[in-house]
Amino acid sequence: MRFPNRPNRVRRAASAVAVLSAAALLAASCSGKGGGAPDQEVVLEGVDDGTTLTMWTRAATEAQSQALVDAYNASHENQIELTVIPTDDYQTRVGTAAGNQELPDLFALDVVFAPTFTTAGAYLDITDRIDSLEFKDTLAPSHLDVGTADGRRYLVPHTLDLSVLFYNKDLYAQAGLDPEQPPTTLAEFAEHARAVDALGGDVEGTFFGGNCGGCFVFTWWPTIWAEGAEVMNEDGTESLLNSPEAQEVYATYRGLVEDGIVAAGHNEETGATWTGRFPEGNIGVMPMPSTMLGLMPEDMNIGVAPIPGLTGGQSTFVGGDSIGISANSEHANQAWDFLRWSLEEEQQVELLAANGDVMARTDLADNEYYATNPNAVVMNDLVQVGRTPYSLNFGQTFNDPQGPWLPLVREAVYGDANADLAALNEDVTASLAS
Amino acid sequence: MRYSRKLAGAAYAAPVALFVLVFFVAPLLLVGRMSASDWPLLSGDMGLNMPANYEAIADNPLFWPAVGFTLKYTGIVVVLLIGLSLLLALIVADRRKGSGFFRSAYFLPTTLGLASASLLFFGFYSPAIGPLDPLMEFFGLEPVSWLGTPTAALWSTVVLIVWKFAGFFMIILLVGLQSIPPDVYEAARLDGASRWQSFAHITVPLLRPALGLVLILSVTGSLLAFDQFFILTKGGPDNSTVTVVQLIYREAFQRFDLGAAAAISVVVLAALLVLNLAQFRALRKDH
Repeated sequence: MRFPNRPNRVRRAASAVAVLSAAALLAASCSGKGGGAPDQEVVLEGVDDGTTLTMWTRAATEAQSQALVDAYNASHENQIELTVIPTDDYQTRVGTAAGNQELPDLFALDVVFAPTFTTAGAYLDITDRIDSLEFKDTLAPSHLDVGTADGRRYLVPHTLDLSVLFYNKDLYAQAGLDPEQPPTTLAEFAEHARAVDALGGDVEGTFFGGNCGGCFVFTWWPTIWAEGAEVMNEDGTESLLNSPEAQEVYATYRGLVEDGIVAAGHNEETGATWTGRFPEGNIGVMPMPSTMLGLMPEDMNIGVAPIPGLTGGQSTFVGGDSIGISANSEHANQAWDFLRWSLEEEQQVELLAANGDVMARTDLADNEYYATNPNAVVMNDLVQVGRTPYSLNFGQTFNDPQGPWLPLVREAVYGDANADLAALNEDVTASLAS
Repeated sequence: MRYSRKLAGAAYAAPVALFVLVFFVAPLLLVGRMSASDWPLLSGDMGLNMPANYEAIADNPLFWPAVGFTLKYTGIVVVLLIGLSLLLALIVADRRKGSGFFRSAYFLPTTLGLASASLLFFGFYSPAIGPLDPLMEFFGLEPVSWLGTPTAALWSTVVLIVWKFAGFFMIILLVGLQSIPPDVYEAARLDGASRWQSFAHITVPLLRPALGLVLILSVTGSLLAFDQFFILTKGGPDNSTVTVVQLIYREAFQRFDLGAAAAISVVVLAALLVLNLAQFRALRKDH
């Protein structure tokens, strides 16, 4: 069959099939699995001998990765070539490369996807190297846990991105709220949002990404955790997302939607622009990623607070990227040199803390930059109590727009108020256990 | 002599044959093999499992809704695209003052990549950054959730596609229009034919080959729709705009299951093959 002069649309649509074919070719060429890195002697402190290393990261955490790589290249003989890949394409690129054993020496990964790749053998076992670090016990614990499979460690924390409440102190003052008293329960959060919303005009109480599975898990699950409840069983194979605690979270937000407290567009927000609202200065209070702090307008009077539970307590979703050495890297010792260096005090403080970012270690909060940045301290302290959920099928269950999580949470927030969520929760479990 | 001519012919054809073999036949066979295998993206070929991947299609709750939506979308887009591009072609066919400007203006969106155009429209429709809602408000109208409901999401995407491709199909039809000899119209006018009669009995029949091409291109393109929905709606809201190719993408790169993705690809390929053969046959009959 021939299609002369195929228009762009046909060609582009057909490109999906072509990509598949390409993936097929790639996968075929590596169907005999094995090989990988040749046996190398492990040098625990790393090797700096002028090797050129390749590294991939996703656009969402580019700023932090780039700062670390630039500083490493300037001070070492080894040189790292960093490739930044659009966030939405990252899983696809890494998955295809892993299947073909064409991964770069170092690659970071959204920490929730880590188990899929560690159990598939994409990363090198670096248990002994991590154990040799004198500050091993201070590394972000939830990142380390998720990067562990069968007792072996594959990943270290790279860039941390926590969910925290951002609130606009000026709007709080205008609404008669105390700008130094952020919400300590979910009910209080809703109360504050309503109070700010009552200012009227362009001002809105809150905002969330209502058509974005990843946004929901990142910003709403901490309330469930803070209440002492779980979102999944320990193995990540059973969903507990219709628990009474979860239902109360949904109901609270449902109430805010029904009363028009949430800024317009929440229903269709797929996650591309959900963090763009708050910096405009018209939103009262909303949970957002901690990495947004460094991107806020300088003249904005912002407060940061932990995400509260239903009746108190606090938690956070410890997201961001973990990083490891790929199983097929021929420069494991050189790659480790970068990882070890990136976790040292000087880099953590001078490159991350100085920028208002959360550090990968919990023992360095007492530094000159945090002394003048109380919001950063709030975020950094949460690393200890925060959680990173574990499931082998996390992406396809919770992040995939066609996954089973979005129908559950959207039914609870936008659907029939008396809907029975049990069947939808079963669908989530089925995906987790598949 | 004859033998060497044959040899030369084969030599000329060889590069193309090799190209087709490597980039069409081999991947096709591979997809077929993949569709019959347990083939995770991360671990590669784990052996044959026929017919598990094909059985899984029937169990996929998204498959039939996706087929239904893709057909519905194709119907709407094809009718609108052909109607509008014909209208545009008729408007700019005569060499009047300014027709060159309008030809260029209508054709311009074609030069934009579909992904770029989709992102552009995503910005337009966005309540966070788009200009449409403030504009509506300025005129005292209620803001519209352009991508927030199934109906709105479908029609917002249709608007993008018609804007993007009407100019391209207009050019094809314009070439067809210009190949109709003016004498025929002249003769009709002398016989007292009205404008409408000329259009219905001369323009449309003589334009048939061009219309046929436009039909095949737009039907095939719409059935394989992916980019526009991937960027604008991500299949939402509530899975209402999931196309068949999106399902292939999801199996391969969200669920990391190349076998399942290949099985759907084979089914789509077979359906397209049948449809295109039927279209070719129908068009040939007309001649």
